[in-house]
Amino acid sequence: MTAVTEPDVTIDSRGATCPGPLMDLIGKVKSLDPGTVVELQTSERNSTTDVPEWLEKAGHDLLEIEERDDHWNIYLEVD
Amino acid sequence: MHRIAIVGGGTGGTVLANRLASELRRELEAGEVEVRLITADPNHVYKPTFLYVPFGEKTVDDATRPIEELVDRRVTLTVDEVTGVDTERNRLSFADRTTSLHYDQLVLATGATLAPETVPGLAEGGHHFYGPDGAERLRDELADFTEGHLVLSVVGVPHMCPAAPVEFTLMVDDWLRERGRREAVDITYTYPINRAHGLESIADWATDLFAERDINLETFFNVDEVDPDAELIETVEGDELGYDLLVAIPPHRGSDLVTDAGLGEDGWVDVDRHTLEATAADDVYAIGDVADVPTSKAGSVAHYEAGVVADRLASRARGETPTATYDGKTVCFLEAGMDEATFIEFAYGEEPYVREPSKPLHWAKLGYNESYWLTARGLL
Repeated sequence: MTAVTEPDVTIDSRGATCPGPLMDLIGKVKSLDPGTVVELQTSERNSTTDVPEWLEKAGHDLLEIEERDDHWNIYLEVD
Repeated sequence: MHRIAIVGGGTGGTVLANRLASELRRELEAGEVEVRLITADPNHVYKPTFLYVPFGEKTVDDATRPIEELVDRRVTLTVDEVTGVDTERNRLSFADRTTSLHYDQLVLATGATLAPETVPGLAEGGHHFYGPDGAERLRDELADFTEGHLVLSVVGVPHMCPAAPVEFTLMVDDWLRERGRREAVDITYTYPINRAHGLESIADWATDLFAERDINLETFFNVDEVDPDAELIETVEGDELGYDLLVAIPPHRGSDLVTDAGLGEDGWVDVDRHTLEATAADDVYAIGDVADVPTSKAGSVAHYEAGVVADRLASRARGETPTATYDGKTVCFLEAGMDEATFIEFAYGEEPYVREPSKPLHWAKLGYNESYWLTARGLL
C-alpha cells in the first residue's frame, strides 16, 4: 500500500450508515477522470470491507485504509 | 399570534397538521396559534397503493383523496407552491403571488422526487411503479408480457419504501406462476451494493427466497446507462445485462427548495436525528422523506416523526421546552408473494427480525392500507 498525503478529491461520509458511504463513493467516482486519487471518510466499520470489495469488482485501485480516532480514511485511485 | 407553517401534504405533513389541531385545540380556538398546511397538490396521495396497480389489484384512484377531506377544519389549508424559504427572516415565498408568509416555526415535509432523467436512457427504457402514470404503464406492459427476461433493477439509493423492490419481485414471480407463465419468464433482481438489500436481515431473507423461487440476483450492480433500442443495461462496474421488460427503481432527489435555502445537499434537509430540527437554521424542522436521517424513507417513519414534531411544536407554541424525541422507529409490512407477507420493526442502530411470511400478515397489510385514511386524519 502507498501512503497518501494529498488526495485530489475528499468525500466526507462520516455519520452516514451503511450503505451510505459506499453509495456516496459510487456516485462520485462516475464523474472522475482515471488517475484521480480519492479519500473516502467513513465512520461505518462495514465500509472497510464493502468498499475494497466494490473497488475490486469495478476495477479501481485501493491505496490505503487509515484508521483515525473516530473514523477511517479509505484512499483509492480511479482506474 | 404564533404561526406554524407546514410545507407538504403527504403523510408527514397531513398527520402533523391533524395532530397539532388536536394538541393545540384550545390555543387554535382562542386565536393564539395558527397551523397552516401548504401543499401544491390539492390531492393527498397514498403511494404504497401503487405497488398493487401493476397487478390489477388497485387503481390509481384508490391512492388519492382530496386533501381538504382529510385535514381538520381548525387547520388553515393553502393550496399553493412554496418557491423559497428565507430562514434568516422566517419567511416563505410563493409561486403565484408577490406576498410572503411569516412563520414562527416551519416544518418541511416536501418528500422525495423521482429523477429518472439522471441516468441516460432510463426514462425511455425502464418502467416503474413509484408514481401513478408509471404504475399504469407497467400494468399495461405486464398484462401483455408472457415470455422473456424481466429485470427489476434498483438504480437509485436511497429511494422511497426500501422494501418495495423486493416485494415487487416476489409478487411478480407469484403472479406469473398463477398465470402459468413463470417457466417462460426469467427474473433478475439487481442491487447496488454487495447484498440484496441495505438491511442485512432483509438481504439474507430475500436472498434465500430468490434462490427458492429461481430468481437471479446481481449485486454490486450500479446502472450507468440504459440502451432502450438494444434493451441493454450497462453498469458502472463494466457489466452488461439484457432485458425484455425493465422495472427500475429510479434515482430520487429531495427538494430544490431545501438546496436553495442552504438546508442540505441533494435536497435532503440535514437534521438532528432525534429532534428533527434543521442543523443549518433555527425554527425549522423536517419530517418524512425529505429529512436526512439514518432510517428508511417510509410512510411509517413520516408518521412517527410527525408525532414527535407535533409535541415539540406544541411545546414551543406554549413557551415550554420541547422534550419529545424520535428514536428511529420504523415499521414495514413486506409482501412475499400475492397472498402472504411478513412484518418488521426497528429503530436506529437495530437490525430487524424477519418473521415467517403468512397469509394473516398479508391481510393485515391490506387492512392497514384501507385504514390508512384514518392515519392521515391523525386518528391512528
